[in-house]
Amino acid sequence: MSVKAARPGAAPASAAVVPVDTRLASLRAIYIIWYRDILRYWRDRWRLVASLAQPLLFLVVFGSGLSSALGRGTVFGSAAGFTYIQFMYPGIIGMAILFTAIFGAMSIVWDREFGFLKEVLVAPIDRSAVAIGKALGSTTQAMIQGLILLVLAPFVGVKLSPLTVLELIPLAAILAFGLSSFGVALASMMKSLQGFQVVMNFLMMPMFFLSGALFPLTSSLPGWMTLLTHLDPASYGIDPLRRVVLSDSGRPSRVVEQFALTINGQPLAIPLEAGIVLAFGAVMLGIAVMMFQRRD
Amino acid sequence: MTEASLLQSSAGMAGVDAVIQAHGLVKRYGELEAVRGIDLEVQQGEIFGFLGPNGAGKSTTISILCTLLTPSAGTARVAGVDVVQDPARVRQRIGLVFQDPSLDDQLTGRENLEFHAWIYSVPAAERGPRIDEMLALLQLTERAGSAVKTYSGGMKRRLEIARGMLHQPQVLFLDEPTLGLDPQTRQSIWKHLNELRDSKGITIFMTTHYMDEAEYCDRIAIIDRGKIVAQGTPDELKAMVGGDVVTITSSRPDAAAAEIEKLLGVTAIRDNGSLRMEVPDAKVFVPRLVRELEAPVDTVTLRRPSLDDVFLKLTGHAIRDEEAGTKDQMRAMASRWRGRSR
Repeated sequence: MSVKAARPGAAPASAAVVPVDTRLASLRAIYIIWYRDILRYWRDRWRLVASLAQPLLFLVVFGSGLSSALGRGTVFGSAAGFTYIQFMYPGIIGMAILFTAIFGAMSIVWDREFGFLKEVLVAPIDRSAVAIGKALGSTTQAMIQGLILLVLAPFVGVKLSPLTVLELIPLAAILAFGLSSFGVALASMMKSLQGFQVVMNFLMMPMFFLSGALFPLTSSLPGWMTLLTHLDPASYGIDPLRRVVLSDSGRPSRVVEQFALTINGQPLAIPLEAGIVLAFGAVMLGIAVMMFQRRD
Repeated sequence: MTEASLLQSSAGMAGVDAVIQAHGLVKRYGELEAVRGIDLEVQQGEIFGFLGPNGAGKSTTISILCTLLTPSAGTARVAGVDVVQDPARVRQRIGLVFQDPSLDDQLTGRENLEFHAWIYSVPAAERGPRIDEMLALLQLTERAGSAVKTYSGGMKRRLEIARGMLHQPQVLFLDEPTLGLDPQTRQSIWKHLNELRDSKGITIFMTTHYMDEAEYCDRIAIIDRGKIVAQGTPDELKAMVGGDVVTITSSRPDAAAAEIEKLLGVTAIRDNGSLRMEVPDAKVFVPRLVRELEAPVDTVTLRRPSLDDVFLKLTGHAIRDEEAGTKDQMRAMASRWRGRSR
């Protein structure tokens, strides 16, 4: 314990105040805001375990149930080369990322409600650091949450090579970033917890259902739904995850591509899809930064 | 109110190197004028109390000085920097303790301080030593590793004070720092604030609506309905109330008040069913009162003047009215609910 000697009648502390490099200060702020999120996430192991329960439930109950019902069908099953549960598995990874990213980012609303946000907003930093730090914090959480589910691959009969896993990391990160930025933008506009239920029911659930996580976004969908699925940013993040996860199966790529997101019947290139999600994330983060910089 | 204006002008002469200077501060919200022309000067190393009932404009004024609100009119400089022109530099030089809690109670006390040190760009080599020093000064060293949600209300407040001091500000602003704390805890907070002032030479600017707390301040300003009605040391202000304070209750208060005015030449102020009057010497006054009054006198109490009396004299109403009481209760309930839900 090092306690400095008291300085009776000390000179004003301002003598010690050196002009702070604002860009460095912002980087420090981004780091510590990110670090706080990770610390809280890591400490709350129970939440970590609990958040795996929902994907597991989907896979084990919902997935197994539909798998056996569709077993002899033409879309899934032996004829198509994939069981429903194998189809669904990457979608569930996407679901975990979607929910964790948006919930993580929305913790800003809690911080506002419980006062901590004030401590951050009055600090002598550029407020863009708040939006960026928070977006990166929930990106990291969501990515971890998604990638943890990769350990379930053997149980659903999906083979994963180390190369595939390496490929999945940036894809998961991009999807996590896009959705986290979206969550931060939402949170920057919400002044209380009241809007939370609305976001949950009218944004997150539709985004999940329309993302192709649970069923293939084929051309046989009704037109209005095809439009909505193409407006859902999560569609462009989950599709590449599925194509990469299923590519290790040894089936011809035609079989894998049958589920792919298409525009005019043509499957989109994975880098293009990743680019769309990144661009969406960048725009959302820009909106969030603008919202935080408004001084009330 | 000549005494008040005299005191104000004497404070105005205090010098040019004041740490806080405000001139003609006004804050309007639409039709409502929350702050109506406030002038203030606070010197280096002072503990300055800003005193008034809820809704008097205390929080609005402190928010303007902390750059959290922009004034509708007027200017203010804090630590030599204009609060409107360069809010970021003001914030680097001030410490803040808000009225409502602003800690992350999932993190430990030390982690809360570390967060603050980073976000205020405290140099890496000084982070650890300064955190240790502040924890020790506010007697939190032992519990530094526990989650803040396990802290008592007083410990949380002390941690917020430690946090506000971490980047070595010139002025520490505290908005109702003792609100909702029990008397013992309030006293310990005061002890710590005094120690900080003595060891660090820091200027402390705080708001409170507890009149008894204002006694701890070097100087106070009394604010009512958006205006400062008096400024000075607690003794100076108390001297504005002449001599002793006599309070009586009577079953016919109106008759009693009229008689006191007529027979004894003293104006009695009605306060919650009792009559209060200021007299030069209670030892002489009370026997005369009892002898000469025809209206029944049920009880008589006398005491030295307090700041409550000053406030009552200057504004014509008591500081702790019904409204303030319920608002406090609601706030206490709100913080209890917060504590549970986390």
